[in-house]
Amino acid sequence: MEGLFFNANTGFLEGIVRGYKAGILTPSQYANLAQCETLEDFRTQLSATDYGNFLANEPLPISTSTIADKATEILVEQFKYLRRNAVEPLRKFLDYITYGYMIDNVILLITGTLHERDTHELVKRCHPLGVFDSMPVLCVASNVEELFHSVLIETPIAPYFRDCLTASDLDDLNIEIIRNTLYKAYLEDFYEFTTSLGSPTSDVMHRILAFEADRRTINITINSFGTELSKESRAKLFPTIGRLFPEGNNQLAKADDIDQVRQICENISEYRSFFSDAPSAHSGGSNGDGFGAMAAQLEDRFFSTEVHLNKQAFLQQFQHGVFYSYLKLKEQEIRNLTWIAECIAQDAKDRIQDFIPIF
Amino acid sequence: MGYYSSYYSYGLPTFLIIVIALYILFTGSGEAFNVGRFLEETSPYAWAGTGIGLCIGLSVMGAGWGIMVTGSSILGGGVRTPRITTKNLISIIFCEVVAIYGVIIGIVYSAKIQPVPEHLLYTPHNYFTGFALFWGGLTVGLCNLLCGVAVGITGSTAALADAADPNLFVKILVVEVFGSIMGLFGLIVGLLMVSAADDFSAAAGVAQAVASPYVL
Repeated sequence: MEGLFFNANTGFLEGIVRGYKAGILTPSQYANLAQCETLEDFRTQLSATDYGNFLANEPLPISTSTIADKATEILVEQFKYLRRNAVEPLRKFLDYITYGYMIDNVILLITGTLHERDTHELVKRCHPLGVFDSMPVLCVASNVEELFHSVLIETPIAPYFRDCLTASDLDDLNIEIIRNTLYKAYLEDFYEFTTSLGSPTSDVMHRILAFEADRRTINITINSFGTELSKESRAKLFPTIGRLFPEGNNQLAKADDIDQVRQICENISEYRSFFSDAPSAHSGGSNGDGFGAMAAQLEDRFFSTEVHLNKQAFLQQFQHGVFYSYLKLKEQEIRNLTWIAECIAQDAKDRIQDFIPIF
Repeated sequence: MGYYSSYYSYGLPTFLIIVIALYILFTGSGEAFNVGRFLEETSPYAWAGTGIGLCIGLSVMGAGWGIMVTGSSILGGGVRTPRITTKNLISIIFCEVVAIYGVIIGIVYSAKIQPVPEHLLYTPHNYFTGFALFWGGLTVGLCNLLCGVAVGITGSTAALADAADPNLFVKILVVEVFGSIMGLFGLIVGLLMVSAADDFSAAAGVAQAVASPYVL
């Protein structure tokens, strides 16, 4: 049934986003980039791809952060084009995608105000997709109390603050807890919204969001080992939409070390390989700290699974998941480009192949 | 109200129909609901006209729907890959053909409609022609509606697949051709259904029409 009505509102933009996806770098282009000796070669190689001459006006020497910023600018321009031309329900879907970035920006501003930094400086460091109209209002706030109250009224993410208590809770340790509480509320809200859009959007997005929830659950668990975060507080941060909900979440809330986490994740076949000891191509050789190597390996495996799920979203037509997946794949590509550029700049060619390939 | 809206949409009309039917029954005019009388008294022109209207109307709806689905995908995909725009017009043509089938049948059917005075109209042959035109038109209209929609959805996929990889276009085109054959089937059956029907003609050798005994 979705084939009958989807194209009336969203057919053109779906064609556009699939065109964008065709511009994602292929393995042969990655091979060319990896063989560059300097960043100028890198820039020349990139000009032959869909990126074009985006670095043409940069003065030499180019820095890797400039490359990342300019590439993100291109992505933001594409996203804004889609958002400008969208009608319901795509417009709301794209807005939901931006709420995640808004949460990060708001937390950045709160942290900055807490440390008495100049908020105007921080605005430049905010992610452009998470900018909302009332951001200047947040910058005017001089202390945390004011900031908190203006956030509660002005931002589209105000409903997510319901579970966070008061401004007096805002101090350094709690900032991370607040960020995770906000993100949990956001993920659950997004999940419910995609359910209301019906199949096949809900099928595709449920899979992706469930993995995102599980990833955050596992990360929160592992990061809370050795801190003074109590188990009850830890349990309150787990989103309820993942495949680990409810039993996995309960067990992870009580876990004390990483072996228990591995056992709990074995219940789900796709997650079993995350903790296996077999060294993947990505694990660094000279890393003495076993835990650090395991964490890096886990992060890489999370990224590969995320890329895999996002690629699968493109196999179905007439659904909104392609817009979300394109954004995430492009972000992964920008991370890859930054990695390659860093390896070139620091002359560490042996690790240059450690990025996550997309196609 | 959200969960109960289906109760309302199915329950209320059913309830109303039952109430009206029982009212008619219990007030002694149950004989007013007379299917046979309805079929005998309705003019064959009404049946024929409705049939032709449904034929062309539903065919055009199917063609238009298909073109909408395909066209938006061709436009979207053509932004980055302009080469697909010319080749994918063939999907639009397949959708359009469905409307042409509807027009052909409309023309063939309307040739059978001739003026006949009312007292000479109700002959067995004219009844047959009227019914045949109605059901033939409905058949062709529904076939073309579904065919147009099917070709449209497949054409949209063909356009986007072609934009990604040019080798896929011909393969998906084969699927479209099979979909478009359905419209042809509708056309053939529609023609067969009215092949035995004569034009509307005046009753021969009858001085006066025989009134149905049930007409008051």
